[in-house]
Amino acid sequence: MPVIALIEHDGITVKKSSYELVSYAARWAAQSGDHAIAVVLGSLSDHGELASHGAAKIVHIADSALDHVDPRQYVSALRAVMQEHGAEHVVLAHSSTGKSISGILTVASDAALIHGINALPADGVFRRGAYSGKALAYYRPEAGPLVITLMGNSVPAEKQDAAGEVINMSPDLPAAQLTRVEVKKVDGDIPLPEASKVVSAGRGMKDPDNWGIIEELAAELQAATACSRPVADTGWRPHHEHVGQTGVAIRPNLYIAIGISGAIQHLAGVNNSKTIVVINKDPEAPFFKAADYGVVGDLFDVVPSLTQAIKDYRQS
Amino acid sequence: MNTLVCISTTPETTAKIAFTGDGTSYDSEGVNYIMNPYDEWYALVRAIEIKEADGGEVHVIHVGPASSDIIIRKALAIGADAAFRVDTEAREAYQVAAEIAAFAKDRDYQVIFTGKETIDHNGAEVAGLLAGMLDLPFVSFANDLQIDGSRATVGREIEGGTEVVSVELPVVISAAKGLAEQRIANMRGIMMAKRKPLEVVQPTEASAKVKVAKYELPPAKSGVTMVEPDNMKELVRLLAEEAKAL
Repeated sequence: MPVIALIEHDGITVKKSSYELVSYAARWAAQSGDHAIAVVLGSLSDHGELASHGAAKIVHIADSALDHVDPRQYVSALRAVMQEHGAEHVVLAHSSTGKSISGILTVASDAALIHGINALPADGVFRRGAYSGKALAYYRPEAGPLVITLMGNSVPAEKQDAAGEVINMSPDLPAAQLTRVEVKKVDGDIPLPEASKVVSAGRGMKDPDNWGIIEELAAELQAATACSRPVADTGWRPHHEHVGQTGVAIRPNLYIAIGISGAIQHLAGVNNSKTIVVINKDPEAPFFKAADYGVVGDLFDVVPSLTQAIKDYRQS
Repeated sequence: MNTLVCISTTPETTAKIAFTGDGTSYDSEGVNYIMNPYDEWYALVRAIEIKEADGGEVHVIHVGPASSDIIIRKALAIGADAAFRVDTEAREAYQVAAEIAAFAKDRDYQVIFTGKETIDHNGAEVAGLLAGMLDLPFVSFANDLQIDGSRATVGREIEGGTEVVSVELPVVISAAKGLAEQRIANMRGIMMAKRKPLEVVQPTEASAKVKVAKYELPPAKSGVTMVEPDNMKELVRLLAEEAKAL
């Protein structure tokens, strides 16, 4: 049976993480000789590279009611596509959208649900992180429909040519349950959970006024900024920047920890990062044990010179 | 109005993670369990604040064995009025949601809270499933909740900001940081909790849809490469050429 990937977009372009979804769906479907269907809900002018990432079909429901996420309407739209195309399995992003509709979709489809998958299935077994990234869990769902959310930046998007046949649908949708009042965007251009590079700082910064060097490094790297819990709790930095066990869990390609000792609760939120750099003046800081690269030194010297070295590298 | 808070237990954050011989279950030997922080700090406290402002009762429900009673009593000590424990060891979120849905479906809860996720499995699965089973609207990752008559205005975390939505009650809400300020049980609360009801509910024995095949520990880091603080050029070279992270 075909596998559905729900595409996320901002009305203009497809989110980068959604290419991972459609590529995953295509590779999963191919295990049983089948194909992927990319489902686009709401207005989107350009389907981008969905076809070249494995979408045999692109089913688009361009109803403007779907421009905002309402779980009931989204589930109804997805169910219409599933029924029309005989699809059982759905891949959602492990995002605020994916997690707000997955449970309702699971019940409506009489499916099983697994969140946070980070590998392609092998013999019907799906892998995800557990215990805040301190372990891996392998799950075997019962036979039948399955809804999963795919952890971003865990299974890379692969180019794979497919037909990309665009099919427009306009099923009847139920009334929305959630009415959007407003959206408050936080400062910073790169949302932390989606960032491929993150520059994070802790109490070693000594004062919130010292964050300029962090922001300069982040700007040079096009990275998001983050912080440790004590820094968020004292109000030096906003709460949405707090990464760790009780904050945001992230898995960027590059995580640079500056002036953070590396308490176990902090590590739990970041230890799935591909490459970890730790800069700390204390050579005994526990974070070095979890790091790929370490620098023992005064962050007020090291960070600006790292920023400069990256500038030089970019220009060379 | 009455609210229901779903509470889960989790190994404390510093607990050692190990698995029993065949790798199919967590080794809980010597591990201290706590109330899941998102349930305790945000979901439970916001429910208590609503009761303090508007009246009604706060009920808590837990799906698990009798060994969880001490944690359920803590929820009563913080300020819940009554507790229910569904007496079964659920193996996955679908079972937990099914037990809670069976309990809640004929009761008049205007808000059903969960934490946004447990800090052990980080699943964030129960709340959405519960909303689906009870056919209620679901607002995930709430960091603000205001009740106004038969409607609620909820701020929910989305990537890069907060979305504020309005929804008709009853509703299922998963609680994120910011929804309330953590409270600590005081001596009076602890004494009163001993007299509050903790009722054991027989399970419906919903079956698991997903089974754990095995757990394993992730591969260990191969070790840290130290770079001299006055040689950031070398660090950049390593990041670019070795780690391919730039």
